[in-house]
Amino acid sequence: MSFRFALVGNPNCGKTTMFNEMTGSTQYVGNWAGVTIEKKEGKARKTKEDIRIIDLPGIYSLSPYSMEEIIARDYIINEKPDVIINIVDVTNIERNLYLTTQVMELGIPVVVALNMMDALEAKGDKVDISVLGKSLGVPVVCTSANKGHGISELLEKAIQVAQAAKGKAVLSDIKMYDEEIEKCISEIEKKLVSALKEKNVNPRWAAIKLLEGDEKAKERLNAKESLIEDIQLYQEKLEKHYDNDMETVIADNRYRFISDIVSKAVQKKFKGSELTLSDKIDKVVTHKILAIPMFLLVMFAVFQITFGAVGSFTIDWTDAFINETVAGFATTWLEAGGAAEWLKALVVEGIIAGLGSILVFVPQIMIMFFFLSILEDSGYMARAAFVMDRLLRKLGLSGKSFIPMLMGFGCSTPAIMAARTLENEKDRRLTIILTPFMSCGARLPVYALFTAAFFAQNQSLVIFSIYLLGIIVAILSGILLKNTVLKGEAAPFVMELPPYRIPTFKGLMIHMWDRGKGFIKKAGTVIFAASVIIWFCQSFSFSLTMVEDASQSIFGVVGTFIAPFFAPLGFGEWKSAVALLTGFVAKEAVVATMGILHGVGEVGEDSVELAAALQASFTPLKAYAFMAFTLLYMPCLAAFAAIKREMNSWKWTLFTVGYQTAAAWIVSMLIFQGGRLLGLN
Amino acid sequence: MRTLKELKPGEKAVITKISGEGAVKRRLMDMGVTRGAEIMVRKVAPLGDPIEVNIRGYELTFRKAEAENIFID
Repeated sequence: MSFRFALVGNPNCGKTTMFNEMTGSTQYVGNWAGVTIEKKEGKARKTKEDIRIIDLPGIYSLSPYSMEEIIARDYIINEKPDVIINIVDVTNIERNLYLTTQVMELGIPVVVALNMMDALEAKGDKVDISVLGKSLGVPVVCTSANKGHGISELLEKAIQVAQAAKGKAVLSDIKMYDEEIEKCISEIEKKLVSALKEKNVNPRWAAIKLLEGDEKAKERLNAKESLIEDIQLYQEKLEKHYDNDMETVIADNRYRFISDIVSKAVQKKFKGSELTLSDKIDKVVTHKILAIPMFLLVMFAVFQITFGAVGSFTIDWTDAFINETVAGFATTWLEAGGAAEWLKALVVEGIIAGLGSILVFVPQIMIMFFFLSILEDSGYMARAAFVMDRLLRKLGLSGKSFIPMLMGFGCSTPAIMAARTLENEKDRRLTIILTPFMSCGARLPVYALFTAAFFAQNQSLVIFSIYLLGIIVAILSGILLKNTVLKGEAAPFVMELPPYRIPTFKGLMIHMWDRGKGFIKKAGTVIFAASVIIWFCQSFSFSLTMVEDASQSIFGVVGTFIAPFFAPLGFGEWKSAVALLTGFVAKEAVVATMGILHGVGEVGEDSVELAAALQASFTPLKAYAFMAFTLLYMPCLAAFAAIKREMNSWKWTLFTVGYQTAAAWIVSMLIFQGGRLLGLN
Repeated sequence: MRTLKELKPGEKAVITKISGEGAVKRRLMDMGVTRGAEIMVRKVAPLGDPIEVNIRGYELTFRKAEAENIFID
């Protein structure tokens, strides 16, 4: 027999650990259609039956207000899994059972897994499983996913339930609402039965949703106007009776039902006012004075390890491995085989160098995700959001956006990927758009070159002002975008502060790998194609012959063509335009291209000859405008691929880079034209 | 009627009503902030907002703007 089981549970209930324990390495990670929320599927190991496990997004409720909740609900209703395995954190049972009360109503068999039993026992509390099961009307199994306990029992129970149900709807006879409400529900149910016949929806669920005034459910059920009006009368009657809206009344009823069960089934060991370990840690971490220095210290440490000594060592090592060992091997091999010059160039300079420029980030990305996973799994991330929220709210962002933005000063690519820790889609999109404005390390050589040539007296001050400019543009963009394209009701900042937990090494590794491998796989495909195209544009002319002189290449011609576009910004000659085009490969490439085009060869940012050459064609004002443009315009290819992956939409990806380039143009233009008006040169 | 905003860290009260509407109100209720529940303010964030509360045996945080909509006894 083959079955499909869906995992449903609150965030932090141990659902991911449970999923990993059940499926092992058979997981497949994708995205839910049209959104950036991850979809995970896998096959259960260690069972005779063929069982597919679907990990639904972590949610607190099945309300129609958040994308995650709508996805989970639609999946259950449309795809009808054979069993819903509802994972409940037993140490936080009241709030976790709230989702259970909603899942129970969908008409699909439910098995409740009381997870984290070990933590409950350690506290000295007890749960009466039989009372709980009887009150909820569903089977209950005890588990401790982090220790691997109870998982095979859970799967066995789910298989039993699936076999007994044989794909038919299971109707719960638990009545959890007030008598008046139950009466209305059963009356509405009767009226709905004929209307719902082909829709294959549980009438009790439909009745409750319509009574609540759930717009999404109304849309789905698509019932006759007269029927909807009829039900509205019931809603109005009850709302008058309770002097409150039905959504509130239903939620109140659910929690009352739960409090009642919990008081019967859970025995809490008497606890005085003693502080738990979590409380003690919290005393320091969210302390009035210590909290922000602590946060900055943690961030500094993560930043230093990721982008400092350890991170740059991995970059140098990977770079040497790819561009020397691999490229050297390929060259020898191709030469031995008598390959044509263009083929050798394509493989070595195009593919290997192009892929190499991306792959060098892989170890760094893994290191960053390792630390982000520690911050997340330990519960610190939620505290950081709690501490920083006030500061970021003004930009339409929540406290959690701070981390990706800060990582952006190191490298935009992993920083954009760090935005994945934000649950809210709108916050995530805005964070992705703004993060590249934080000046990354690769842009520094460009500033170093120009400031050495034009602002030798106060080099560091000018560079600092560029960094500041990026932050200011991000702030203004945040305000602008929040009031235009990303408008809409702000995501409520109502967030759980989970108890501190020591992350397991296995969990961290899975977490890190899950996030990192996507970069290699998906970014790799975009980058492979793009690096070949860019190499081609750099080395070939329009007549498809290989050229030595960059000005003859496709990029050279295109650069000359688009150069007038930069004239209002002060650098309308083709050399700058071509340099900016090659900056798309990697921002530091702007320096090398400038060197080649100014006839001083491929030099570093400290080249005196190049500085002298630039002094001939730039003025300090033009140089500043050029630096501002380099700071703000579309990020490099690797970051572009990361944006595409995280946005999961071409429309948003193109909007992001389009917006950034437009912002760069406007800001540079304002600097140059404004500077001229002020009589600067 | 008092709102939760007037409660000082360490003080407890019983929720009598939640005003407001839409996603924020629903989210608060989904998280267990419902009529009759006991709520305790634990602390205020270092920058003065949001606040941290204890409800139904766990820690929850939301902004003062939300606290103003929660009426207490």
